[in-house]
Amino acid sequence: MSTRTGRRVGVPRGVIRDSPLRPDGVPKLRGEFEYAQDLRAEGMLWAATVRSPHARARIVSIDLAPALAIGGVHACLTADDVPGRATFGLEHADQPVLAGDEVKFWGEPVAVVAAEDDDTARRAAAAVEVRYEDLDALTDPEEADDRDEVFRRLSIRRGDQGLRGSVVVVGEYEVGMQDQAPLGTEAGLAIPDGQGGVDLYATSQYVHVDQEQVVASLGLRPDQVRAHPTGIGGAFGAREDLNLHIHLCMLALHTGRPVKMVYHRSESFTGHVHRHPAWLRYRHESDEDGRLVRVEARVMIDGGAYASTTSAVLANACYFAVGPYRSDSVAVDGVGARTNNPPCGAMRGFGAVQVCFAYEAQMDRLAAALGMDPLDLRELNALGTGDPMPTTGQVIETPLPTIEVIRSLQAMPLPEPATMAHHSELPGGSGLTTEPHHVRRGVGYALGLKNLGFSEGSDDYAQARVRLTPDGAVVETAAIEVGQGLVTVLAQIVRSALGISRVDVAHVDTSRIDSAGSTSASRQTQLSGGATLEASVKLRQRVLDRHEGEELDDDGVWKGDELVVSWSVLAEEGWEETVTFRHPPTTGPDENGQGVIHADFAVAGHRAVVDVDTELGLVKVVRVDTAQDVGLALNPQSVRGQIEGGILQGVGLAVMEELVMKDGVILNPTFTDYLLPTILDAPDVEALLIEREGSWGPFGAKGVGEPPTISSTAAVAAAIRAATGKELNRVPIRPQDIALE
Amino acid sequence: MEIVHPNSIDEALAGLREGAIPLAGGTDLMVEVNFGHIRPERVIGLRRLAELKEWDGQRIGAGVTWRRIETQGPKALAEAARTVGSPQIRNAGTIGGNLGTASPAGDGHPFLAAVDASIELASTTSQRTLPWQEFFTGVKETARRPDELIMAVHLPAGLPERQCFGKIGIRNAMVIATVCAVVTRADDGKTTVALGSVAPTPIRATGAENMISSIGHPSAGDLVEFQRLVSEEVRPITDHRSTEGYRRHGAGVLARRLLDRCLS
Amino acid sequence: MIVELIVNGERVTARVTNPGSLLDLLRDELGLPGSKNACEQGECGSCSVILDGELVCSCLVMAADAAGSSVTTVEGVSPDDGLHPIQEAMHHAGAVQCGFCTPGIVVAAVDLFARNPHPSSNEIKEALAGNICRCTGYGAIIRALEDVGTTDEH
Repeated sequence: MSTRTGRRVGVPRGVIRDSPLRPDGVPKLRGEFEYAQDLRAEGMLWAATVRSPHARARIVSIDLAPALAIGGVHACLTADDVPGRATFGLEHADQPVLAGDEVKFWGEPVAVVAAEDDDTARRAAAAVEVRYEDLDALTDPEEADDRDEVFRRLSIRRGDQGLRGSVVVVGEYEVGMQDQAPLGTEAGLAIPDGQGGVDLYATSQYVHVDQEQVVASLGLRPDQVRAHPTGIGGAFGAREDLNLHIHLCMLALHTGRPVKMVYHRSESFTGHVHRHPAWLRYRHESDEDGRLVRVEARVMIDGGAYASTTSAVLANACYFAVGPYRSDSVAVDGVGARTNNPPCGAMRGFGAVQVCFAYEAQMDRLAAALGMDPLDLRELNALGTGDPMPTTGQVIETPLPTIEVIRSLQAMPLPEPATMAHHSELPGGSGLTTEPHHVRRGVGYALGLKNLGFSEGSDDYAQARVRLTPDGAVVETAAIEVGQGLVTVLAQIVRSALGISRVDVAHVDTSRIDSAGSTSASRQTQLSGGATLEASVKLRQRVLDRHEGEELDDDGVWKGDELVVSWSVLAEEGWEETVTFRHPPTTGPDENGQGVIHADFAVAGHRAVVDVDTELGLVKVVRVDTAQDVGLALNPQSVRGQIEGGILQGVGLAVMEELVMKDGVILNPTFTDYLLPTILDAPDVEALLIEREGSWGPFGAKGVGEPPTISSTAAVAAAIRAATGKELNRVPIRPQDIALE
Repeated sequence: MEIVHPNSIDEALAGLREGAIPLAGGTDLMVEVNFGHIRPERVIGLRRLAELKEWDGQRIGAGVTWRRIETQGPKALAEAARTVGSPQIRNAGTIGGNLGTASPAGDGHPFLAAVDASIELASTTSQRTLPWQEFFTGVKETARRPDELIMAVHLPAGLPERQCFGKIGIRNAMVIATVCAVVTRADDGKTTVALGSVAPTPIRATGAENMISSIGHPSAGDLVEFQRLVSEEVRPITDHRSTEGYRRHGAGVLARRLLDRCLS
Repeated sequence: MIVELIVNGERVTARVTNPGSLLDLLRDELGLPGSKNACEQGECGSCSVILDGELVCSCLVMAADAAGSSVTTVEGVSPDDGLHPIQEAMHHAGAVQCGFCTPGIVVAAVDLFARNPHPSSNEIKEALAGNICRCTGYGAIIRALEDVGTTDEH
């Protein structure tokens, strides 16, 4: 045994609260990182999809012959070729793998083809002749409600329903259909294993739930399908549902060759679910001092043709319909309509975004009616730890620093008036539409509240394994890195818990580890991070116990100044620890929507500053500052990245992002017409992280991904109202909404 | 699939006569190819044909890129150039390509209309120069025959120094115009106002021009009347990008502001 | 037809059978997947390359039309080992999340600094106006490139 005098090396670098360089940064910067789009295999075929040009139609006939006649085409498959369960779905398996008798939305897959190359596959898909008989499409969600075409209704009643306030404000609000528009479109590669099974490498946020659905529709044993995490170009909710996964596996098994498919952007706009458009009616009642007495809300979201996560999104919209405010009497009625519009599902914020736009507009109106400062009104009613949720009655047990969020926003300095010396500082930018004297500045505030992790009694867990190897430690997980930085933070957690510096994160397939759950609901840092922390702590204790050591570091196990076991010996002993981490249990709602529905909560607030050319209706979002409840920022740089990115998506919904629908058809499924904010549209952001101990996440961390997107839209809308004096009850706010009566 | 890179205009014209498709910067044509809308078998690659890039005084070769126009063009055309797509698009896209596509929203078109530019076309058998009004015939339709090449844009001599471009769009870069416009004002008061995205082709608001040209020192009230006339004269539609009402309003306001800028 | 061009300083030949893009040629035939496809229409900049000295979207360059041209991709601006100073600055600033836009932004930034070694904040934004990033909100990208602009090492 070697000995060493003096204290050995202290805490390794790259532990929690540091911001170490992300391990995938170098390959991403060099263009070497392998995304699903970049996968190749020997003998690989390319696939393409035949899609419905109708919002609703009966399929009269499908003639594959013209496609099969094209040289290089190997397979054309339809609904008749689905070997197992004909449908799939995250919560309800109601969506056909390929449409059989009837197509129910524009862009619904009808057939898939595989050919020698991408070009041939696309030409073959275009050559498939499908005869349709057009049917009446149901595209109005209110009409769907009348006809009882709904995925879910949810009613919440809490408190004395007879309570009434003396000050009343009512409003109706609308939120357009936003798209996640991750830069990487849907892509994947399926490789047959030669024994009737298949390996799938495809864009995903949750490989275990993909695998279950693929198994069911292929009619295979679970061990015959392995879903592998792969490189993902963003997600934001768009990759929770299946799209090309089953198709690829069918084609691979049918042809006996690897098959690859990559959606083009227009296809991507129909190939994944969108943020639900919503219509909201509110009535807020307060006493003379501004204390909320009663909130009534009616929440309508359009789920489109198939269920996806509409039930859960509707529930979230209803549970968070009041926001981070106390109210003794609440009535919320929610409807998730089934129509022939494109299916909607998960997007960052998951129902909380839509209601936030409405309840924050209501809070501003109430403040105006009371003659109160809008932030004072919010502080007066702020929900905090120990309070019951205004909707579900659940007592909030983890820290909820709503008041600190409000006071922080209040204390942040406002920016100086723009110098407007450069056209990029003016609304209209390089379009040179606007002179400084056309501009009015507005400032608006909004707060948002959302759950973290899965709710309503779901068994929400994540498994992670920590192993010691000659090179250090490896975290094995099936959790998906979509860009948020999970690979960085899991390694930080291990460094902090084990005390070693060399840590890798390995993404392993569904056959090698249990589920990590979805990379969604702001949950992976808390859930997979929690599993990783617990595995690390247990592993360290077992190692120290076995070797009667006191400390562990890169050199091995120490007792005092004596190295009792070297790392190389330790690594040969084959140490590993696998932990399944669960958050506190939740329950489903009772008949009044009451219960311990959520595992944790986070609150954030935004202050937007806008310059508006009121005559032309053009908006320059100057700044969006924020204070956010983060529990503990495990990686401050990544947290800031989530905040800045999330805010810009919120700004996008406020002023430009909308899929425009007409009779069930998306009119703008391209990047020419679905406008994403450019670097010239991005506001400056100052972020204040509010850290409070007490959450069950690792080291007290809370999820941080969604809150930036929830109230940023509402804050920008409030700022535009302040600049223009208009009601602006719909987002995105278009120039005509501002400029015309 | 075959591409020819001609060494001269004559070679290019010979290729067009045989049915090849002209390819300049590719920023419009390749979108059509990538979307599977067209699949040209024979292409004439014009990108490196030096003769098309010549810029001689008032004659701007069709192959001149927006990037060059940004720094070298007449004021309002340079302003328009800075709003074309993105830096990547401006490096590739050409003024001739913009004309060939003839989108109603073409950012370069209002300037050409405002200054009464003409467009030079050539084939193996003919050469002609059309006034802009005759060149643009409809939505993405022009008087160019398939065997003709857009050679150049001819600007008249003595352009008014007071000329301003403006473009209304929803975001601050890479945006298709909701309305774009150019206003020019000569020393004698003669005013032109041309607008894009408010009709199938670029148009001039001649009623508004006539009204304001006769007024030496327009008052605030005159400007408002000018705005009203422009709004009346445009013929916009409602689509997924905007509404008829907003385009009408935006056209009038933008024209008024540009005139105001010309006058100050 | 056989197309010959120079990619990242090396002469390469490829067979082109359809009017497809330089982007597809780079990714599918020449083994250079660093340039990304996210929109097929020049509206995102993920496929940015330098073609004969000009920053362009390779999805809008017909592969056959690149014959005889010189192309620099993200692979070409990356040193054999490690990172270019621009890449290094982006790495340290946290300018990479999903990374799908990153290669295009690297190429656009290299083009910017080649023309303008000390760009202002506005110049950085205007130069990157054709590159969409959906993850970062651009803040870290701007901070990274402002850092590059204050040194002389690029």
